[in-house]
Amino acid sequence: MTKAPLLQIKNLTVAVGEKLILRDLELTINAGETHVLMGQNGTGKSTLASAIMGSPAFDIISGEILFEGENITEESPDKRARRGIFLSFQNPEEVPGVTLENFLRTAKGAVTGEKPRLMQFKKDLRVEMERLGVAETYAARELNVGFSGGEKKKAEILQLLTLNPKLAILDEADSGLDVDAVKTVSEGVSRFRNEGNALLIITHNTRLVEGIAVDRVHVLENKKLALSGGAELMRRITDSGFAGLQTNPDAPRGAPKGDTQ
Amino acid sequence: MSGEDKRALIPDEPDDAAREMYDTKGVMKPRFQVSSGLTSEIVSAISDEKGDPPWMREFRQQSLAVYNETPPPDWGPPLDGLDMEQIITYVKPDARMEARWEDVPEEIKDTFERLGIPEAERTGLAGVGAQYDSEVVYHSVKSEVADLGVVYTDMDTALKGEYGEMVRQHFMKILPPREHRFMALHGAVWSGGSFVYVPDGVEVTIPLQSYFRFNAAGAGQFEHTLIIVGKGSSLHFIEGCSAPKYNVANLHAGCVELYVGEGARLRYSTIENWSKNMYNLNSKRAVVDKNGIIEWVSGSFGSHTGCLYPMSVLRGEGARMDYTGITFAGAGQNLDTGAQVVHAAKNTSSRISAKSISKGGGKSTFRGGITVAREATGCRVSVSCDSLMLDSRSRSDTVPVMDVRCDDVDIGYEAKIGRISEQAIYYLMSRGISEDDARAMIVNGFAEPISKELPLEYAVEMNNLISLEMKGNT
Repeated sequence: MTKAPLLQIKNLTVAVGEKLILRDLELTINAGETHVLMGQNGTGKSTLASAIMGSPAFDIISGEILFEGENITEESPDKRARRGIFLSFQNPEEVPGVTLENFLRTAKGAVTGEKPRLMQFKKDLRVEMERLGVAETYAARELNVGFSGGEKKKAEILQLLTLNPKLAILDEADSGLDVDAVKTVSEGVSRFRNEGNALLIITHNTRLVEGIAVDRVHVLENKKLALSGGAELMRRITDSGFAGLQTNPDAPRGAPKGDTQ
Repeated sequence: MSGEDKRALIPDEPDDAAREMYDTKGVMKPRFQVSSGLTSEIVSAISDEKGDPPWMREFRQQSLAVYNETPPPDWGPPLDGLDMEQIITYVKPDARMEARWEDVPEEIKDTFERLGIPEAERTGLAGVGAQYDSEVVYHSVKSEVADLGVVYTDMDTALKGEYGEMVRQHFMKILPPREHRFMALHGAVWSGGSFVYVPDGVEVTIPLQSYFRFNAAGAGQFEHTLIIVGKGSSLHFIEGCSAPKYNVANLHAGCVELYVGEGARLRYSTIENWSKNMYNLNSKRAVVDKNGIIEWVSGSFGSHTGCLYPMSVLRGEGARMDYTGITFAGAGQNLDTGAQVVHAAKNTSSRISAKSISKGGGKSTFRGGITVAREATGCRVSVSCDSLMLDSRSRSDTVPVMDVRCDDVDIGYEAKIGRISEQAIYYLMSRGISEDDARAMIVNGFAEPISKELPLEYAVEMNNLISLEMKGNT
């Protein structure tokens, strides 16, 4: 099976204010692949996620982001979302007065170009909420307002499954979750994943990706992907930490893995 | 419909035609109007035209005298743009008061049809009144409500008919002309408005609605609404207002007097949507007897300058007031709103929840006025005020004034002023929602505690108005 590049990041340099966070970063994610991004705290993993999503808080100094071959470097986040990019936020915003259901239906309409029919949408949403162990009453709750950390993460996965993007970036979708909740989130992510879409998972541990076939693992260090490898790299990191790694700046950085799955 | 469903009705796309709907001028020619400015002759002419009873004739002249000796208020937003010499105080449409919608003249009917008034009546109101310029052109009340003894009519009919004495006993008794210049002006030139009387022990389960449409340029509007709710009764009264846009200043100085009897409950809901040349200097006041409840739900949109501070006088033990209001001040607008409450008896309670939004250099001020009398022990007061500024040019102020004369009182006050969260906008945009829609969604969400208190069609209208205001690029 030939894989088409879904996301291509070329020589990306990102700053916030005067501070350089990423320098000449390269990453390619093909349709059908799952990538894991690791790295110590403060190395810029969330910055990379935000840059792909188009957050206005960061400045792209140079480089390009291509999605399905098109340059989206200057595009606003809503346009990127409509192309099929999704970011599960580490700390999702609270939006008072907007119900989870109304928000999701509006968002679904925005990404598909057609607002879903109310009754069918309600039904589908209830099914997915039950699978994720989110109480039905949350549909009428204000978006993320008063949600616990775990509920916010589940609500992000609910959004992922509802919007069904082509590329999902999960920024620490498992942080702060108990074992059962990580399993629920992980199962939700598995349900999303298919041959045509792709995942970029930012995480510190392997539990989230148990049951998900990982194609590439990248380590972010010194403002770039210092090390890339297969799934085994992840185990090495969780066993011995980042300190024991031999990072090689000349290692193939995020190169497509080839045809083997 | 439940609150949840209402929220689902936040419009996807604000209707471009919507602002036009309010701004479009009617083509109706007035039958009679006084010349601009204010003299004893003009006031007499209004009395003649209306066929005032002698006491009202005199009341108008006395009010005029008070007006002439009362200086304009020395606080609040500037009123320099308001030249009373240019204001026409009385514009009578060429129409009689009708009880059947079919009989209302076409041009006026058109205006109201565009605003959805008869439609509102068909869909679940106990009664509807419609005022065009200075006079009421239509009033109807469902027979099952009338059969309970509920009176809902225009003020002229009430003044001259069987309830004339009741009107006389209550008219401008809680909003006296001496209180300030614009109340005095109102006393002199008032016309139109509604009279509602709910006898003791009657629960009116469906709302009554009055709609005021002011069409004439350079005119003043001075409608008077008088509502008397008897012991143990309940009523929900809805008032909607709009006016088309002219380049000359218009003045609205209406009065609303509400009498809430022992154990009675009155909810007074308003959406005011004025054109941006309007000086809206409206006065509203309620007196509440023992264990009675007054609830205000108020949305203030449009107008150039607005001063609106509904007051509740809790004079009976255990009386309660609840105020929920929102103000949206856009470019060139100075909206000074708030709520006042006088705790005059024991164990009375009040809750004020005010929100304001300012955008494009608009100025929004909240004034809370709380007075607790010495004898009003055991009362509870809770004030919260939440302001959202959509840009750095806009302004939002809160002016709490509290005069508390006894110790045994529980007072809570909370004020928050904030900017719209750029992070929240980004979050919504990351889900495919455009920036404009994301902003409108956040602002509608901010207003949601108010819209959920409104009847459905008004909640939808309010969401539409917010989306319209949000679309303006100023």
